[in-house]
This record gives sequence, C-alpha cells and structure tokens, in this order.
Amino acid sequence: MTLIVEGLTIDHGAIRAINNVSFKVPQGQLAAIIGANGAGKTTLLRTLSGLKDATSGSASWNGVSILGKRAEDLARSGIMHVSDGKSVIAELSVKDNLALTGLWQKDKKAVTEATNEVIELFPILGQRLSQSAGSLSGGERQMLAIGRALIARPKLLLLDEPSLGLAPLIVEQIFQTIKSFVKKMDLTVVLVEQNAMGALKIADEGIVLNLGSVVAVDSAEKLLNDPAVRSAYLGF
Amino acid sequence: MSKQVSTKKRTLLFVAFGWVLLLLGDRVGDLELYQGSFVATYALAITSIILLTGYSGQLSLGQSALMAVGAYAGALTIFNAGLHPIIGLFMAALVAGVFGLILGLIAARLSGPYLAGTTLALAISLPTLANQFPILGAEEGIVFDVGLPPARFGEDFSQYKWFFWISALASLIMVWFIANLLSTKYGRTFRALRDNPIAAELSGINVGRLKVTAFAISSGVAGLSGGLLVMLISGVSPSAFPLSLSFALLGGAVVTGLYNLKGVILGGLVLVAIPEIADSLVSRIGGSEGFITTLPGFLVSALLILAVVFTPNGPGHLIKRHHKK
Amino acid sequence: MIRQFALPTWGSKMTEFITAILTSLSSGAIYALMALAIVLVWRSTRVINFAQAGQAVLTTYIGYTVIQRTGSYWLALVVAVISGAIIGAVIDRFFMRPIFKRVKSGPIVMIAPVVATLGLLGIIQAIIGFIWGLTNQSIEAPVSTGGYKVMGKVIAFSSYNLLVLVAVAIAMLLLTILFQRTNIGLALRASAYSPEIARLSGIKVDAVRTLGWAIAGASGGLAGMLYIPGYFLYPNAMDLLLVFGFVAAVIGGLESLFGAVAGAMILGFAINFSTTYISQKLFFPTAFIVLVLVLLIKPSGLFAAKKSRGA
Repeated sequence: MTLIVEGLTIDHGAIRAINNVSFKVPQGQLAAIIGANGAGKTTLLRTLSGLKDATSGSASWNGVSILGKRAEDLARSGIMHVSDGKSVIAELSVKDNLALTGLWQKDKKAVTEATNEVIELFPILGQRLSQSAGSLSGGERQMLAIGRALIARPKLLLLDEPSLGLAPLIVEQIFQTIKSFVKKMDLTVVLVEQNAMGALKIADEGIVLNLGSVVAVDSAEKLLNDPAVRSAYLGF
Repeated sequence: MSKQVSTKKRTLLFVAFGWVLLLLGDRVGDLELYQGSFVATYALAITSIILLTGYSGQLSLGQSALMAVGAYAGALTIFNAGLHPIIGLFMAALVAGVFGLILGLIAARLSGPYLAGTTLALAISLPTLANQFPILGAEEGIVFDVGLPPARFGEDFSQYKWFFWISALASLIMVWFIANLLSTKYGRTFRALRDNPIAAELSGINVGRLKVTAFAISSGVAGLSGGLLVMLISGVSPSAFPLSLSFALLGGAVVTGLYNLKGVILGGLVLVAIPEIADSLVSRIGGSEGFITTLPGFLVSALLILAVVFTPNGPGHLIKRHHKK
Repeated sequence: MIRQFALPTWGSKMTEFITAILTSLSSGAIYALMALAIVLVWRSTRVINFAQAGQAVLTTYIGYTVIQRTGSYWLALVVAVISGAIIGAVIDRFFMRPIFKRVKSGPIVMIAPVVATLGLLGIIQAIIGFIWGLTNQSIEAPVSTGGYKVMGKVIAFSSYNLLVLVAVAIAMLLLTILFQRTNIGLALRASAYSPEIARLSGIKVDAVRTLGWAIAGASGGLAGMLYIPGYFLYPNAMDLLLVFGFVAAVIGGLESLFGAVAGAMILGFAINFSTTYISQKLFFPTAFIVLVLVLLIKPSGLFAAKKSRGA
C-alpha cells in the first residue's frame, strides 16, 4: 500500500495552487510536507481527501485512484483527513465528536475497542467526554480531532497543521504522540506543517513545497541537515 | 471625465426612448396602452428590487407592502387632501421612502433569512392594518383618481393614453435617476458591498448606513410604483397588494437579471405577458376551471425556476458569457 | 351615561382567560410543526423552504383522497405523514441538489434557493389545481370540535384542539428522541453544524440532508392534517401557516428545534392574547410586531447558536 501522486495540478479559481507535483509515500512511512504559508500544502491535502477537485494529474492509494471520489467514501475506505485548525464540531459533546467515525462502521465492538484505545492515548478526552467540544483548549481539540480519525482505523492519515495555534510545549507533545501511535498502528501519514523543524524531526521523509511546486524531496534527516533547506525553510 | 460623458449619453438615451414610446403610444390601441402602463409600473417595481437585492445584497419579500404604503399615501393626498395627482405620486414615493428609512434601520441589523422573514411578515400584516383606520377605507379601499387627461391634448386623447403617459414618464424619470445614482461613486460602493461585504467594511465603507440608504431609496421607488399601480386600477385596497405580488416581482427581477437595470422592461413585459399567454393557451386547448385559473401561476413559477437554473445571473450575463467563449 | 350591558362577571373573565391560554397552546402547536419543518431544512441545507406550504397542502390533499376512499381519518393521517416524507426527500434529491450544483458562485447564491422554492411552491399549487380543482374541500375532524364547557360556559377549546396538542407533543417527543438519542440524530446534527467535518468523518452528508428534508416534509404533512379540519382545503390553504411557521422559526433563531417550538408558542400566545384582549384585527400585525421586537433585541433570534455561521 503506497500513496502515489503524479503530476498533480490543482487550480484555485484563476490561481494555480499546486503545479505538477509528484511524490510517493510507502506504507508505514511518515512524510512531512513543509513550506511557507501559501505554498499550497492545504490545497494538496484537501484534494487527496476528496474535498477539492484536481485539474490534472493522478493520485492513487493502494493502486486505486483517489481523485474524483467523494470525501465520505474516501474516509470510509481508510483515508482520514484531519483538517487544519480545530477540526471538531464545537456544538457537539466530546463523546459525540468521537462517535462520528463509528456511526457507519458495522463492527460496533471494534468501535468500542478503538474508542477505548483513543481514550488511553489521550486520557484528557476521557475526563471531558460529556463536555461540549467548544469548551476544550486548542491542544485538547487537536487530540479530539486526531482521536476521532483514529477510531475509523485509518490506513492513510492526512494531518493538516496539527501544531497550528498551539503553545510550543503542547506542539512538542502532539508531535511525540503522533510519532508513537503512527509506529504502533503501522499508519501511513502525510503531515502538512509550517513548523518544518518539528515535522521533520518525526518524519521519515520530507517534501518541500514552494509556490505550488516541489523544490526538494529527501529523507527527513538529510533535509534537516541540508544547509540550503535550513536557511530557506527552517530559519537557521 | 468619462463619467460625465456617460451620464449625458444616458440622459440622451432616456429621452430618445421616451420619444419612441410617445410615438408608439399614438399608433396602438387602448388595450396596448393599458398593458404598456402595467409594463412600465412593474418595471419600476422591479427596479426597486434590483437596487435593494442586486446592489445592496438585502433580500426583501415585502416589496408589495412598501408599494401599498406609497399607494395609500398617494391616494390620501389626492382624495382626502384634494391635491394635484402629480403631488400625489410624489408623496407616494416620499412617504414610502421615509417608511423604508425606518424599516431599513431595522433591516440593516438583520442578515439573510431574518430580513426575509421580517419583510414577509410585513407583507402580510401591513395591508390588513388598513382595516384598522376608517380613513383608509377598510376592505373597500379608497379611490385613486388622476382625473381626465388635460383638455388641451384634444378629444382623441384617451384615458388609457393618459395612464400610459403618466406611468411611462414617471418610470423613465425614476429609472434614469437610479441609473445615474448607480454610476456614481455611490453605485460603486454599492457594488463593493454586494460583492464582498467584509472587504467593503474593512476598506472604510459604512456598511450599515449604505444598507439603510439603499432600503430607503428602494422603498421610495417601490412606493411610486405602488401609486402608479393603483392609478391603473383606480383605487387602493388591501387586496391590491397580495403576497403573491411580492413574489411575482422577485421573479421578474430574477428574469431581468438581479445585477442589471437594463433589462427591467423585459421583466415588466414578462409579468404582463404571462397571464396573456396563459389565456391564449387556454382558449386554444381548453381545460377545466382549475387548469385555466392555475395556468398563469404555473407558467410564472416554471419561468422562475428555469431562470435560476439556466441564467442565474440574468440574461445579460448569459450573453456576455457567450461572447467570451 | 349608564352602561347598557352588565359588566362582565369575574367568572366570564376567567373563562375568557382560560380560553385564550388554551387556544394559544393549540395554535402555537400547529405553528410549531411548520416552524420545525422550516428549521429542519434550514439546518441541513441553508434554504428557507417556501415550497413547504405546497408540500404540506399536497400531502393534505392526498390525505383527503384517502378519506374519500376509505372514510378513515387516522389512515389518512398516516398516509399524509409518510407521503410528506417521500415528497420532501424527492424534492431535495431531484430538485434542490441539481440546482445547488448549477448555482455555485456569484451573489445569486443568496437568493437562488429562495426563488427556486418559491417557484416550486407555485408549481405544486398549480398541479393541485389541475388535479383537484380550486373549490374548497373540507376534512371532517375525527373527534368533536364542539367547545368544552367551563363553569357553565362553552369555551373555544374542543376535544379536537386537545387532540392537536397531544399529537404535536408526541411528534416533538419523537423528534427529540431521534435527534438526541439515536445515531441518525447524531449524523443529522453533525451534518447541520459542520458538513465538512461530517464528510471527513465518513458521514454521507448528502443522504443525511435528504433525510432532513424528509423529516421536515413529514412534519409539514402532520401540520396539514391537523390544521385543515378547522378550515377549508384549497391550494393556498397553508400559505399563511407557512408565514407564521417561518416567523416562529426566525424568532427561535432558525438553528434550534427547541427554539422553533418556543418561537411558535410565543407567537401563538401573542396573537391569541392581542386578538382576545385588544382587537380581532391585530391578528397579522401582532406577528410582525413580535418578530421585530425580538430581532431588535437579538438580531439572530432567541436561540441562535453563539457563533455566526455565515449566510
């Protein structure tokens, strides 16, 4: 099972947001897509999860094309997208938010198990089950959003800026948690981040986007030590 | 500088158009004149909707109520105060405009469906208020009489031609005024507001005041068209302004293209033509009483839906798009 | 000057008061069904469905036909509610969804749904005219419409009014259970609050929306079968009820089902009390005044969600 993106081009109205982008993410790997604000990272992810149409090119998961499919069908087939910001439904309780990805699963026992695992992973959610999601802190919301995705037992996880708007200490914690459950669940992950440093530290591979085009693809370790990348995207 | 030229051009265009109407009026019969008066009146009412909804982005379902306000104000001026009909029509616009100003202050606070609900409630409740006050004549209503055409126009000058002259002239002047208004700086801020309210607010436009202004002017225009409408049916009563009138006018505005004043005559024509088309259809194919009475409504509704589906931004937009391709 | 009539006694004032309360409740209950139909559709598709008046009257005509054939009001009620649901679902799937696909951009987006549902209303009413004609029909109430006697006086509240109240209360209870206690309810709520997150969580939002239209249609069908027996059945018979339902929904804030019911009750009480105690002619103006007063204080209605959600 590999995510293969080839020659993908996406337009945003009259603006070309993603231009001829190609990359591969093999199973069990964590790929970090880094780049400045406006590089087209979020657009790319929204297209991979079926929220947006591509103009040309192809993208496939496990040999099956994922372009032109509906977001809900992709989600059910194991591709889970945690969108940026605080991707929770503020009006619903924490429990109801977690239940969303279990609604359509046939095996209710597995859903209960997965829910318990998520609560084990994020104990704070367990304490707040009956609170409304709107009352959670930024970090807790991020945990809730990721937890909801994990209950669907995804194969491919698309994470959009999990560090956005969080305090540095919590960012570190979120990244460490992501690293741990990814290894444990053998997940394939595409992580989009502006926080290039944090993302590359936990990633296997790094893809650098600039103005909609790929400017560098390499192992995360090499990118971290590449002086050109460091000065352009890591800021030191 | 180009702005001034275009204003002059527009004025010439309106005068020329008025001249054509005048000549046309001499060559057609009374029935056509009477229908032409309705076209002018509806076109004016549609103008008020385009100004409000198309330009300031406020959706009103109660335009018929504002027309009623104008109609009653005009009728009282002529019938009770005994003033000249022209003053009556002027008062129709003025009183409805002031009423719209007050309503606009409320409306500016409300977004989409809330404004729609408020204006809808107004449309059903305001005409019934006429029953409350004896001076408004209750269900019977009061007469709206502009009098016979002046004797100096000669014996041949029919009442219908007089109606046509008044309604066409009043509509032309009003639409000319609105068209000029929209081509000024004012009009541009209206468009900015419609296309992107948030950006408009950020760039320092006083959105609230602009919306209230649009509401007041639109109400004045609607009031004048209400006055003209009851002139054509010789009297004003609550039943002259049913909710269905508001809906039909909204339909006329959609057919016209909400963002374009140029097509208002088309909208007026459609509203007048549809009952006629339905009539001729029925006389040809016949049908039950239910069929005959409901056919016009069916045609208007079908047209509405077709307009939304196929030319969502008006026929003008469609033509432009084909040009581009 | 000497009064020609005796002052009303305390007893008759009391019965007048009780009558006003009871009629407020039963008319508020009917408004509530229509308000719920409006809110259910608004929540799921951001459309004020003016065609609801046509849908509801169409299902009532279907109920009327069932009564003509079988003589059973109760069977007709069930058929009307079910056909209301089916009609609602069909309209969403084959009318609204294609229109939304076509009309995606430009300022027309704001008014296209309004115009489309108004057009649909006209078409449904015309079709009813084609099929059933325009003459007033009537549906006989299944229970007595004679007023109860209170302290020796007949009041304007009958077994039938009581039936309406009970039926609406049961409908509310069922809706509350559906929304708060079932998985389908959770999907409905999630799709209403955030279609995108619902979609990314694997919920088939389009299907859920159609379900919302179906429930709204059923609610409208129930409203028709409960409302018409006191009046006449003709193509425009439910237009005013739609307006009152809409006004009630707006008072309640458009988002919340509870708000819709509360708004309807506020409207029912305001209208019945002003017409009882001030003037019969205040029926319509009261609706407008109450609405404006509420919106002046809270521009998004009494029970709107705290954060604004566009549109």
